[in-house]
Amino acid sequence: MNISGEDFIRGCSAIGAGLALIAGIGPGVGQGIAAGHAAAAVGRNPGAKSDVTSTMLLGQAVAETTGLYGLLVAMLLMFVKPLLK
Amino acid sequence: MGNTALLLSGDVDFMIKGLFSYNFFGNEVWITTTHVCTLIVMLILIGFAVCANRAIKKANVDEAPSPFLNIVELLVDFLDGVINSTMGKNASKFVNYICTLFLFIFLSNISGILGLRPPTADYGVTFPLGVITFCLITYNKFKYQKVSGVIKGLCDPWVFWIPINLIGDFAVPISLSLRLYANVLSGTVMMALYYGLLPIFVKIGIPAFLHIYFDLFSGAIQTYVFCMLTMTYVSDAIGSE
Repeated sequence: MNISGEDFIRGCSAIGAGLALIAGIGPGVGQGIAAGHAAAAVGRNPGAKSDVTSTMLLGQAVAETTGLYGLLVAMLLMFVKPLLK
Repeated sequence: MGNTALLLSGDVDFMIKGLFSYNFFGNEVWITTTHVCTLIVMLILIGFAVCANRAIKKANVDEAPSPFLNIVELLVDFLDGVINSTMGKNASKFVNYICTLFLFIFLSNISGILGLRPPTADYGVTFPLGVITFCLITYNKFKYQKVSGVIKGLCDPWVFWIPINLIGDFAVPISLSLRLYANVLSGTVMMALYYGLLPIFVKIGIPAFLHIYFDLFSGAIQTYVFCMLTMTYVSDAIGSE
């Protein structure tokens, strides 16, 4: 089977995009920890439920950013193909 | 096998498309789908504002408010509460800007439901929003902490920390805008993949739930986060005095 240089770069870009999404592990763990602690906090003090929820969502959205950077790198590799130009 | 995959990916369509180009002082400039969708969002907002203004003017103390007026009051109450709880006594100066920001970003994020390509899924829309926040932060820093306070904040633990503090300052608008952009873009791409790659019988009914998650829930959360972070940074810059 003959593989041209362009196809090789395309395939390697796809592998790189897949590897970039390993970045999703960290935010997943972080968001889980945040949600767990928020659940514990609501269990201890049910009156503060709305405050705890909004703080948790804010923190989770900030923690998500690193994962989104990984996603952006993957998208660039897959659809913009910077290595082919 | 490889060919079919490539053919299928031809159906996946979430890119920004240029509609027509024109010459702007010798440069080729494109009017894209983002411009059109932003205009539609703005028109909806203006229509909403005019309707709300009329409803408020016609409101009578003696009778129960109409459903539309109820919704408007709910919205204003919610935004006032959020801004007051975050910014405290500085709230009155920023309430107009934050409310505008909130409405625009929210409507942009959920416009995927209306069949538009969300304007916020274009880095050219979110980056200016981040830059506006950055200007607000810097302006308020210089206004309330004075030049000496800003310099003191820059060399916080030690003089040699200046580059790191500067990078931290300039990372704020970039991370703010990238967060919003990547979140909305991921929703758009997921919906495009779902509509583009799957057989026809799973496209009936099921996408409704995906739209609720990717457009409504994610869009609302990101709007809230963007406004919340803007307010937090600005009140940080103002300081407690």
